[in-house]
Amino acid sequence: MTRRRSPVFLERQNYRRRRWMEAARLMPLLGAVLFALPLMWPRPDDPDVVAGAVATVPTSSAMAYIFGVWAVLVGAAILFGWLSRGWADTDGAG
Amino acid sequence: MASLNLLVAVALVYVAILFAVAFTADRLAATGHGGWLRSPLVYTLSLSIYCTAWTFYGAVGYAARSGLEYVTIYLGPTLVMIGWWWGLRKLVRVGRSQRVTSIADLLSSRYGKSNALAACVTILAVIGVTPYIALQLQSITLSFSIFAAVEPGQNGLDNPGTSAFVVAVGLAVFAILFGTRNLDANERHHGVVTAIALEAVVKLIALLAVGIFVVWGLSGGVQATMARINASDLGTWDMDPGRWAAITFLSAAVFVCLPRMFQVMIVENDEESHLRTAAWAFPLYLMLMSLFVVPIAVVGLDLLPAGSNPDLFVLSLPLQEGRDSLAVLAFLGGFSSATSMVIVAAMALSTMMSNHIVMPIWLWFQRGPGATVSGDVRYVVLLARRIAIAATMALGYFYYRLSGGGTALASIGLIAFTGIAQMLPALVGGLFWRGATRLGALSGLTVGTVLWLYTMMLPGLDSADWIISNRMISDGPFGIGWLRPNALFGISGLDPIVHAVFWSLSVNFLVFFVVSLVTFPGPMERVQGAQFVNVFDHTPEPRGWSGSVAQSEDLMIMSQRILGARDARALFDAAAAEQGIADRLPEPTPDFLQVLERKLSGSVGAATAHAMLGQIVGGAAVSVEDLMAVASESAQILEYSNRLEAQSTELARTAAQLRVANEKLTQISLQKDAFLSQVSHELRTPMTSIRAFSEILRDTGGLSEEEKTRYSGIIHNEALRLTRLLDDLLDLSVLESGQISLNLSDGSLRSVLDHAVSTAMAGSDRPLDIRRDRGAEAVAIRSDLDRLAQVFINLITNAQKYCDAQHPVLRIAVSHADETLQVDFRDNGTGIPPHSQDMVFEKFARVSVEKAGGAGLGLAICREILERLGGSIEYVAGYDGAVFRVTLPAARALAAQ
Repeated sequence: MTRRRSPVFLERQNYRRRRWMEAARLMPLLGAVLFALPLMWPRPDDPDVVAGAVATVPTSSAMAYIFGVWAVLVGAAILFGWLSRGWADTDGAG
Repeated sequence: MASLNLLVAVALVYVAILFAVAFTADRLAATGHGGWLRSPLVYTLSLSIYCTAWTFYGAVGYAARSGLEYVTIYLGPTLVMIGWWWGLRKLVRVGRSQRVTSIADLLSSRYGKSNALAACVTILAVIGVTPYIALQLQSITLSFSIFAAVEPGQNGLDNPGTSAFVVAVGLAVFAILFGTRNLDANERHHGVVTAIALEAVVKLIALLAVGIFVVWGLSGGVQATMARINASDLGTWDMDPGRWAAITFLSAAVFVCLPRMFQVMIVENDEESHLRTAAWAFPLYLMLMSLFVVPIAVVGLDLLPAGSNPDLFVLSLPLQEGRDSLAVLAFLGGFSSATSMVIVAAMALSTMMSNHIVMPIWLWFQRGPGATVSGDVRYVVLLARRIAIAATMALGYFYYRLSGGGTALASIGLIAFTGIAQMLPALVGGLFWRGATRLGALSGLTVGTVLWLYTMMLPGLDSADWIISNRMISDGPFGIGWLRPNALFGISGLDPIVHAVFWSLSVNFLVFFVVSLVTFPGPMERVQGAQFVNVFDHTPEPRGWSGSVAQSEDLMIMSQRILGARDARALFDAAAAEQGIADRLPEPTPDFLQVLERKLSGSVGAATAHAMLGQIVGGAAVSVEDLMAVASESAQILEYSNRLEAQSTELARTAAQLRVANEKLTQISLQKDAFLSQVSHELRTPMTSIRAFSEILRDTGGLSEEEKTRYSGIIHNEALRLTRLLDDLLDLSVLESGQISLNLSDGSLRSVLDHAVSTAMAGSDRPLDIRRDRGAEAVAIRSDLDRLAQVFINLITNAQKYCDAQHPVLRIAVSHADETLQVDFRDNGTGIPPHSQDMVFEKFARVSVEKAGGAGLGLAICREILERLGGSIEYVAGYDGAVFRVTLPAARALAAQ
């Protein structure tokens, strides 16, 4: 099966486009990491919390964090959707 | 207080509106006026069937029990949508290019159009989705009961069984009416999609309205609400990390695997670019849906009497506060969530059931002696689909009745999720890994499903005490501790959800991977695998059917039965036109069969379409022989082109040779001209004197005898010279043409030289002292002795003629060098001037004109003779006199010794 050979260097526009695609692929990973961050917050039964060394996180702050990240991700998706609106279908296969 | 009758009336009006919207949308689409029906917005809203009644009502209940953990149900899909460029885009592209009708169809198509796999996936989907449908029925019934509790005993609807039954029948009718209008499941169901888009708007508005009422109406603003949340039991962050991660992953997996999600996201997708909008709009929708969940839960816990069902806070909170219209809106929201999910789920399941279970069985029964399909397949498929919808609803209803509609049902959501997620390894592997095989997918799916049933369903059945004893749960089957359903391999202490998700999916992945590695896929699987994984490369269509055996009439009859007479006719006419045939059926070319199979698979699924076409055409679509034929065809072409190339290089070589030969010929022609002019010149000189003296003899009277004698002597001499010249020319031409026959004989060099010297010196008037080394000359040779003597005579005569010393001396020296015998003729004259040395062996070459005695052919003849004899002659420069060296091959000399 013959494959399209990609040129080694791309013109500036295509180069930028490739980088945006890579960023878009990383976006869910970034989101997963950000959403997993609260798991490291102290919980009521942690020894440190019981000892009074650190305070627990109030739910209102947690909500602010989670919905904030959510909004940022939505914004990023809007941005990428806007950037990618004219891209050819076959670009960045896989 | 809202009366239950009013509620029923509102619900009926709402349903009527839905019917009207669906009907209008179908009509608009049919007449080609429904451009906006295909907008990305409608697509995004249709995705919202992910939010069922379980999330509309249940999220608040979830939050009331476990705080913020409910968001994980929405975080997974958000991540999947945001990563659309990487995953969903490929899935949509594959789905559109392969015209898949369901997730079962997609998996079967990927793994070599295997119907066994499709059937397995269908059964798994039915097991996983039926409780879910029951859950929706329960939520609608519960919401009715909330209103009924306020105003009891008005009619039969407060009986849960009755209301659930009515709702189930109504939804079945809706799904049948709008979901099975056209046979091609791949065509868009604009009516259904538009209706669920409308419902999506209703449920969002309803939940937002309740949320806004709670935050600003009951709690007095954002700040106050936040303070209230922090002060409540849910006020501190306390999440189980394992559950958080597991449920996020699970919801992401399920988002693409759920049959209903697959239906709206892939099958109903109109344009790939809609994903671009949905990628941000759907996460936004999910965010808005979950924004007010915690406030509603906290305020509900505060205000409602203890013991109220938190799953119904959305409804009971406005009712408690006397906001009847808000409560009705909330009811409509919940109703929308439940109905849209049930309709699409029933449609998706019915497609899968009819295509992968009913049709194969029906085809199997039809397999008669005549290999054509008989009966009206259209009717069969549609009927199968309608019955499947009714059966799905009935299953859901009975499940609801049997489980008693208690709280056990509420926990079924995550259990169903885990079951559906078992398709993930096969799906992801099939899309991104060409090495995934059918057996790998089947075994992974089976093992995962068994583990899911074992670790999740069994402990759930425990309380019912049906099949298994509590001992088995606590001690493991047959007392084997490490097989305990709640603690496989002795790993205890995990949350049951985390435990089940981890074991079932990881073992599923592992088995899928390992079996795929060790098994070998069939040709069809490999072709499909390449098409799926490299869908963006636009790989050429694989060689499908070989149509030589297929009968166009049979194909036409079968297509008419599936597609309908009009569509089939149109398809065949288009194909015929493309093939350039008018008024006839198209030839069953592989291309046409490919198109036909795709078209049929839109109606009855890939595996069934493949099997039906296979019945008529006969034989597998792609056999190893086919592939080999393709390979050998291209090998032949390659060989042919190689041959052509070789021929063309040969031609080029020949042309070059011809050019060289031509140049040579031109040169030879020039030489011949020069030779002829030389010869005529040489002939003319003696002829002139012969003529002149013969004229004198004839015309001049009174010549003395002495004069007569002298003149006739001159004429005689010139005639001799002419004869000699002609003899030489003849000799040379014989030698050059190679026609000479050598007369080989044995003899000694000395005798040859003796003969040559005596002949050359006979009748000579010039003195020449010849010095020889007779001892060295005693060498036996085998050669043409007469010819060799001729060469020696010539050389001696030359020395005699041209040596300009006062006392000419010729030394003849014989020496052996290496493998050769050398005879040097050295005189004591001045030798040949350097500029003439190259020329002496050429024809008619004379060193000096004034001494011309011969025709200048002697040395040329010598050279020719020696070449024939295998030796050579050369002029050796650097001595005082002229030195000619004759070289003879010594092998002959030695052989003669």
